[in-house]
Amino acid sequence: MTDTSEEKTVQDQLQGRFPYLAQHIRVARQRRIFADVPAANLAEVFDCAVRQMGFSMLCTITGLDLAESLGVIYHLARTSGVVLSLSTSVDRQAPVIESVTQYFPAADAYEREMVDLLGFEVRGLAPGQRYPLPDSWPKGQFPLRKDWQPSMLEKDEGKNA
Amino acid sequence: MHDGKSPDEVTISVGPQHPALKEPESFSLTLAGEKIMASSVRLGYNHRGIEKAAEDKTYVQALYLIERICGICSHAHATCFIQAVEEIAALDVPKRALYIRTLVAELERIHSHLLWLGVAGHEIGFDTLLMYTWRDREIVMDVLASLTGNRVNYGINTLGGVRRDVSQEQKEEILKAVDVLEERTRYYIEVASQEVTLIERLSGVGVMSHEDALRLGAVGPTARASSVDRDVRRDDPYAAYGELTFKVVTSDKNDVYGRTLVRVGELMESYGMIRQLVKNMPDGPVTVKAPRKIPAGEAFSRYEAPRGENVHYVKANGTEKPERVKVRAPTLANVQAVSHMLKDRYLADLPIVIAAIDPCFSCTDRMIGVSDMEGGPKRVMTWQELRSYSIEWHRARGIDFSALNGRFGVREKR
Repeated sequence: MTDTSEEKTVQDQLQGRFPYLAQHIRVARQRRIFADVPAANLAEVFDCAVRQMGFSMLCTITGLDLAESLGVIYHLARTSGVVLSLSTSVDRQAPVIESVTQYFPAADAYEREMVDLLGFEVRGLAPGQRYPLPDSWPKGQFPLRKDWQPSMLEKDEGKNA
Repeated sequence: MHDGKSPDEVTISVGPQHPALKEPESFSLTLAGEKIMASSVRLGYNHRGIEKAAEDKTYVQALYLIERICGICSHAHATCFIQAVEEIAALDVPKRALYIRTLVAELERIHSHLLWLGVAGHEIGFDTLLMYTWRDREIVMDVLASLTGNRVNYGINTLGGVRRDVSQEQKEEILKAVDVLEERTRYYIEVASQEVTLIERLSGVGVMSHEDALRLGAVGPTARASSVDRDVRRDDPYAAYGELTFKVVTSDKNDVYGRTLVRVGELMESYGMIRQLVKNMPDGPVTVKAPRKIPAGEAFSRYEAPRGENVHYVKANGTEKPERVKVRAPTLANVQAVSHMLKDRYLADLPIVIAAIDPCFSCTDRMIGVSDMEGGPKRVMTWQELRSYSIEWHRARGIDFSALNGRFGVREKR
């Protein structure tokens, strides 16, 4: 019997449109699809999902420390309840991603969080108040990176004193 | 000209100690006279590093930590997190446990919405409403305490189910409480739909169109009051919601009045859901044995908290501690909407507009620094003064609750 579920349809549409995604899409369960997208192709897959496939809600953006690289996951939802999580990874030394605020103004806070907590550079993010760390937080310290320890903060504070 | 503003524009800081929202935050408002021309928001004052701390805890320890993200909807976070972990571990959580989780979830929504209704009444000078709703809220708080042992941070969840069962006596207690609360809520609906002072004070305040609600990604009752027909409980069912019959309450009023109607409407739906949960609760165990180490994997979990969609992402690495926990609480999704709602509105509406997206309001002192743009001396107003200013401002324009505070409730039956 052929699988005619919504999740399978989304998987087929994505693979048909972007052949390089074959083998990189996983239907984890009903209403949950995960896709690994090469960083260079993220923009076109994202645009297609949002503008053409009805993933009109951005639940949030997750940033990850993957040791060798830094990861980003965009959790997009449809009104039917299906969530498509598009993940990619970028170079740890130059973690640059493009802003999605032109699609979702609310992404502003999520992207600032990526900047503060993991040290991403988000191209196209309008200047504004930082979030969520205090203005006095030392430069170059990104607390959600795995190599960051609270003792590094104390050392830095000692230096400034 | 200074900063591109005209000389009669001033900038006011509201916050950061500003408990209208769950996290302290700081609004910077540019005023021309009494009108808000622009606003910007600074968040993060209450950032406690919970996501980082969770990486250093076992899954069960992290559950208790995550329950403490929020005092009002603690169960929302605990459930959202634990169901992601259970999905990764492929645990078959017993149905009875899912029913109990859902039961606590709806009781939590009732306490949260009643709390909000009281806060809303207080912010507009209708304190009798505050006294009544908070008295009624005690009924649901007692039920929560009886079921879980706690009034807040219930601690009902555990990995693989719930920690306490529900007895037959407790079921009867719940049904009795729901009957009383339903009768009281009918009365509040009557007040909200017939009391002219309340309708006039809340209508046209904090306006957000349907299109703007979609564009800004608003969630929960804030979005549903702008005709956004979305609710994770129906659209992406979790726990026992897939087996319940309920309506998603919306309003096309697009303002604070609409948000009030949505919340009281949701109370009625919650009572219906609780009756179904009690009646149809299956027999059986309330937990399944869970491994200490969770296999590598990831899961994305959604939960309709009282204030809107709450989401958690969990990544496991095969150890007893999570690799990554990501949380997005509904308030963060609604902050953009607040800035939008304040634009071109009067300063006097600020307390109720901010309060209208969120029910949590602590009673601590809050300071408002009023600074003039030429760098003159800073004037400081407490939140209490701003609230009094708001009430007086509307009183001078004919919206006065003082007479109502005396006579409201005369028709009360209890």
